[in-house]
Amino acid sequence: MSMLEIKNLQVKAEGKEILKGIDLRVNAGEVHAIMGPNGSGKSTLARALSGHPEYEVTSGEVLFEGKDLLDLDPDERAREGVFMAFQYPVEIAGVNNAYFLKAAVNAKRKHYGQPELDAMEFMQLVTEKAKLLDIDKSMLSRAVNEGFSGGEKKRNEIFQMALLEPKLAILDETDSGLDIDALKLVAAGVNAMRSPDRAFVVVTHYQRLLTYIVPDFVHVLSGGRIVKSGGKELALELEAKGYGWIDAA
Amino acid sequence: MTQVAEKPTVFAHALEKRPTGGPRWLDDLRGRGAARFAALGVPTHRDEEWRFTNVTALNSIDFVPAGQISGAAERLNGFAYTDAPVRLVVVNGRFDTTLSRVKGLPAGVQAGSLAVALKDHADVVQRYFGQIADFTTRSFTALNTAFVQDGAFVYLPDGAIVDTPIHIVFVSGADAATVMAHPRTLVVAGANAQAKVIESYIGIAGEAYFNNAVSEVFVGENAGIDHYKVQQESLDAYHIASLYAHTSRNSRFSSHSFTLGGRVVRNDADAILDGEGGDCTLNGLYLADRERLVDNHTTIDHAKPHCGSHEVYKGILGGTARAVFNGKIIVRQDAQKTDAKQTNRALLLTDGATINTKPQLEIFADDVKCTHGAAIGQLDDDAIFYLRARGLSYAEARDMLIHAFAGQVLDGVKVEPLRVALEAELFDQLAKDLAEVDSKK
Repeated sequence: MSMLEIKNLQVKAEGKEILKGIDLRVNAGEVHAIMGPNGSGKSTLARALSGHPEYEVTSGEVLFEGKDLLDLDPDERAREGVFMAFQYPVEIAGVNNAYFLKAAVNAKRKHYGQPELDAMEFMQLVTEKAKLLDIDKSMLSRAVNEGFSGGEKKRNEIFQMALLEPKLAILDETDSGLDIDALKLVAAGVNAMRSPDRAFVVVTHYQRLLTYIVPDFVHVLSGGRIVKSGGKELALELEAKGYGWIDAA
Repeated sequence: MTQVAEKPTVFAHALEKRPTGGPRWLDDLRGRGAARFAALGVPTHRDEEWRFTNVTALNSIDFVPAGQISGAAERLNGFAYTDAPVRLVVVNGRFDTTLSRVKGLPAGVQAGSLAVALKDHADVVQRYFGQIADFTTRSFTALNTAFVQDGAFVYLPDGAIVDTPIHIVFVSGADAATVMAHPRTLVVAGANAQAKVIESYIGIAGEAYFNNAVSEVFVGENAGIDHYKVQQESLDAYHIASLYAHTSRNSRFSSHSFTLGGRVVRNDADAILDGEGGDCTLNGLYLADRERLVDNHTTIDHAKPHCGSHEVYKGILGGTARAVFNGKIIVRQDAQKTDAKQTNRALLLTDGATINTKPQLEIFADDVKCTHGAAIGQLDDDAIFYLRARGLSYAEARDMLIHAFAGQVLDGVKVEPLRVALEAELFDQLAKDLAEVDSKK
């Protein structure tokens, strides 16, 4: 059984049909890259999988470890082990980052019947994961994403992923707007988490990220459908030729 | 319906029997207050300052002046920080010596009954009393002035630093009849003095009464007063309160107002920055739920140059509650280099709740910085989704955002046990409101 099985997924946003039938299987241990031109539906796919209320699934099926993912609320999906790194992480004034992260970690622990972490245990966990991403501890005492630079926001996303240890991580254009140093940090964080039990779906517009996070499979999305799938060399081909040849082919 | 000018009806009778005695100047002042109230009457919606707040029902309630009530000591239980080490207890407008405790204050600091101070500290009281409480244009300040009898008095001589917060607890209640009380507070801080003064207004649910409080706070040169007002009146009470503060050169005044109780609530807070380099903070947090009405009117008057003012008012509205916020900032011609900032936010938890909000800037100087902003709305859907995407349930996400919203005012409370108690009380009340919201979904 695949970890994630998407069958004929069709999604509407703002009344417009964006995804017109996606089929994709992702197994544990695999990294899948979803590429495609602007407006092809890459981010729609990521957001629909995470349960964003503005994306309406009109047809199709998504199974996560055999369970109907679409039947779950966004928070249930998260607790089941699906994580989405946001393209645009939300700034939340007045909510302390550490407080939020602890609540998130404990929500998941509770779901699995594990005892909640106390402040000390949480700080130990945070210290260990912060090193991995070169996260400055002062980021923890600030409000969630508030006043963070673009790079800090994306690193905070990956930091959350490291804390929550999801089974399936979906990265929605995590590379956009990052300079090369931040990109390397983010990629190192992701690579450190690669494991035979974990799968990644990496949505990106640019091949650049895939130099650092080397995918097992690359899928090209165009007009709401996967028009081409291949290995990591497909990304290089796209980089060399652009997206134009996909539609022409 | 005919619209004749409302004359004080039930009040006219009460005013005839208003208290007398004490120093001559006070009797004169009462008389002037009574005369002004007779002329002004209870405000109607035709008065711009009362457009959205209808208190004309006060005219037809047969209030009797408040007397003693049973079990005053027990009535303190369960309210925020009523176990304070220094507390002045005023029951239905009268200072209660047995329930009050003022030991351990630095030498020269006075904290106690206003009625006693009128005798023992007559010169100080006369110098300050009624100097900033505007009884000529404000109906309820006039009414309070007409009925002045007792309340609380706090005096800090020059240089007095009081570490222990001084908690003034106004207990109101009625055993049977619907009563009214007109408690009065006078706080005078000499040069370089510092203190934290808390005014709490408490009452037991179900008891109906009318509390009409007036407080005056004078902050001397280079002195600092942190003022807190905690309103936990009975949910059937009328609470009308006017706070007047006056700052001097380089002095600092901050006030945090928390409104949790009351059926009809009107808070007027007026600060005059009357010395160069003064600083004033007026913050407020109110919970308006059920069918309650909460009206906050603030005025910050920059009379002198180089003063700063900071104002954050936040409301959480549920049920079919109504709220009003009116924030006036006046910058006088002389008040160059003024830096004034006002923020007003309200969170609507239900469709039935409404708020009327109005910032009012009157600027007569040209080299000033004044900003204001108002935001009314629901919780941010994007923020809710973000939190849910990390595994928090909808209710957890919502609570976290509401806590954050309130936290920006609550965190300004420098008296830790008060902040903790207020936070607990606020979120306890909110939990009930939110449970009701959920049950209707």
